[in-house]
Amino acid sequence: MSPQLFFLLASILFSIGLVGLVSRKNLFVLYMSIELMLSSVNLLLATFSKVLGDAGGSVIALLIIAVIAAEAALFLAMTVHIYRNNRTVDSDHFDKLREEAHNA
Amino acid sequence: MLSLIVILPFLSAFIMGVVYLGDTKKKRYLFYTLIGVGIPAISTVLSFIFGIQLLGGSEPIHHTLFQWISIGDFNIEIAFMADRLSVVMISFITFIGTLIHIYAAGYMKEDEGYGKFFAYFNLFMGSMLLLVLADNPIMMFVGWELVGLSSYLLIGFYHKESSNITAANKAFILNRVGDFGFIMAISLLFISLEGSGFTFESIKANISMIDHETLTLIGILLFVGAMGKSAQIPLYVWLPDAMAGPTPVSALIHAATMVTAGVYMVARYSFIYIEIPDVGLFIASIGAASALFAAIIASYQSDIKKILAYSTMSQLGYMFMAVGLGAYSSGIFHVFTHAFFKALLFMGAGAVIIALHHEQNIFKMGGLKKELKLVYITMFIATLAISGIPPFAGFFSKDAILITAFASEHYILWSIGSLTAMLTAFYMFRLLFTVFHSQPTQRKKLHALPATMTTPLVILAFGSATVGFLGANEAYGGNSWINTFLALPDRALNISHATEYMLGGLNVFLGLLGMGLAYKLFAQEAQEAKEDSLFRKVVIHKFYIDEIYGFFILKPLLVLSDFIAKVMDPKIFDGFIYLNVWGYRKAAVLFNRLQNGKVRYYALYILIGVSVMSYYLILKLKVMS
Repeated sequence: MSPQLFFLLASILFSIGLVGLVSRKNLFVLYMSIELMLSSVNLLLATFSKVLGDAGGSVIALLIIAVIAAEAALFLAMTVHIYRNNRTVDSDHFDKLREEAHNA
Repeated sequence: MLSLIVILPFLSAFIMGVVYLGDTKKKRYLFYTLIGVGIPAISTVLSFIFGIQLLGGSEPIHHTLFQWISIGDFNIEIAFMADRLSVVMISFITFIGTLIHIYAAGYMKEDEGYGKFFAYFNLFMGSMLLLVLADNPIMMFVGWELVGLSSYLLIGFYHKESSNITAANKAFILNRVGDFGFIMAISLLFISLEGSGFTFESIKANISMIDHETLTLIGILLFVGAMGKSAQIPLYVWLPDAMAGPTPVSALIHAATMVTAGVYMVARYSFIYIEIPDVGLFIASIGAASALFAAIIASYQSDIKKILAYSTMSQLGYMFMAVGLGAYSSGIFHVFTHAFFKALLFMGAGAVIIALHHEQNIFKMGGLKKELKLVYITMFIATLAISGIPPFAGFFSKDAILITAFASEHYILWSIGSLTAMLTAFYMFRLLFTVFHSQPTQRKKLHALPATMTTPLVILAFGSATVGFLGANEAYGGNSWINTFLALPDRALNISHATEYMLGGLNVFLGLLGMGLAYKLFAQEAQEAKEDSLFRKVVIHKFYIDEIYGFFILKPLLVLSDFIAKVMDPKIFDGFIYLNVWGYRKAAVLFNRLQNGKVRYYALYILIGVSVMSYYLILKLKVMS
């Protein structure tokens, strides 16, 4: 199989993740989108590792999968906490950093 | 030691200024008099010592205090040079200056600003000596500006009257016009010398580096500076107004010393002017025009000090005629003799003014011959001297100038000079006869004159009568000692003794003619000139020059300023800035909306940013070929 197909797949996955990140509000969906983008990068790493014949890439890809697992645990814990405090998982609700509008 | 001559007056000015500011109420008459008169006296002694040294054939004396500016090739030292020219200048400046300081101690005695006056006066002495003793054009310029400053301060000395302040401002501003020329000239000189030293001696040595056109420009620009300081057409209008200052100031600054700085400068740069005779002729023409012009105005003035002011301008015209025609020594000689008799005339006038309780109109004086005998005699001598009656000082110096004009075949200049000589005799004797001879008007008892005011008069009268012999030329049994001593690059004259006698005789005749005319018109019953004909009206109003300047220069400037202040500044410049501010505010409101605190929007911005950058990298920089 040619690596181009893998590149295409990675690109599609990344784009879906990006669009999901921008367009959705639910924290879980956001998390999933981020994971999707991360996975696409992982896929790229693995592909390049295969194409260039260097095992380093695959090793890092495996490492990242482990990190993703840890991250998932952390994220879920945080989200549960956020939900307990605010009774919502809508990301637009958390906008304390916004600039208060001034009247010009 | 040479630097002491300059430093001491500055130091005393500083000390007196501090003491005066410490307590402006206290008189401290003795303290101010002692320092204010003592320091110029010390400077005089020092100047004479150097004079004698140079008289003994010594080389020019140099004294460097310290390095002032050093930027690459641009090295300016605080240095002084006493060559023959500057020694002659400092000798009479300090000598006459000291006499006028003594006189001022009497004149200003009752003034509450006594200390301030002497502080300014000593500041002037220091500045003038700095100007004359300067070793390089930059130092000379510093002195040049400082005399302008002290002149400004002293003209506006009676600061409670706004017209005096106007006069001071006028003098200062008109001098700025001249200074512009001066500073342009020295900048040009520096550039064209390409860093080959910037003292007078090195400039003189390297003068051939500069081409003729540049030299001409430098010569003209320098003369513009001289025009301002020495009150020549067209920058003279400040001098008559400068008489608003105390009379000793008029005597020292606006007659004997500062106004002659322009002549000194031309003589100092004689090595330039000798290369450009065309500019010299221009200078001489301006001088002759100023001489005649001022003499005509002086003949119709009524204010004693204004007459003397115009007379000064007229005599300065003579000096410029001389230096313009290449007779630098004659010009300096006339500066020298003029300092004596003009200082004397001003001091005499001051004495009369004090005696008559500050009356300045000559037609309200009259018949003072008996009461002010000493002043009368001394002023008579000075008047004879300025009118060019032998053997008084003015005859020799003025005669030398007119002979120069005749011998260099500029007959128009010569005839203007001779005509002016007659007018000079006329208006000076008009003043003298009106003040001392004509019918007295009733008046209060005369104010007594202190000895400090009369003694300098006698000394100067003696000087006015005798100093002329220093420069008497061969035709009159002298040997032009001053010309030989100065050793300036004078143009050689080819003229027989017979012609000289003839010209001298003509001058005396013209002088006597003017004197006789004045005697006939003013000795018995003096009448103030009335505006009964067009000519008189124009002359009495000083040819409406002030009004013309006001209309053609001042008014357009005011209108322009008004336009800038009221239309351009608030509407155009401020408007532009307000528009900017408005734009920034609107933009800020817009950008404010972007920062809404929602994470996914920020992700979108990153997406957009990365996309744009990628697009740029790919398409423009061709990262992916």
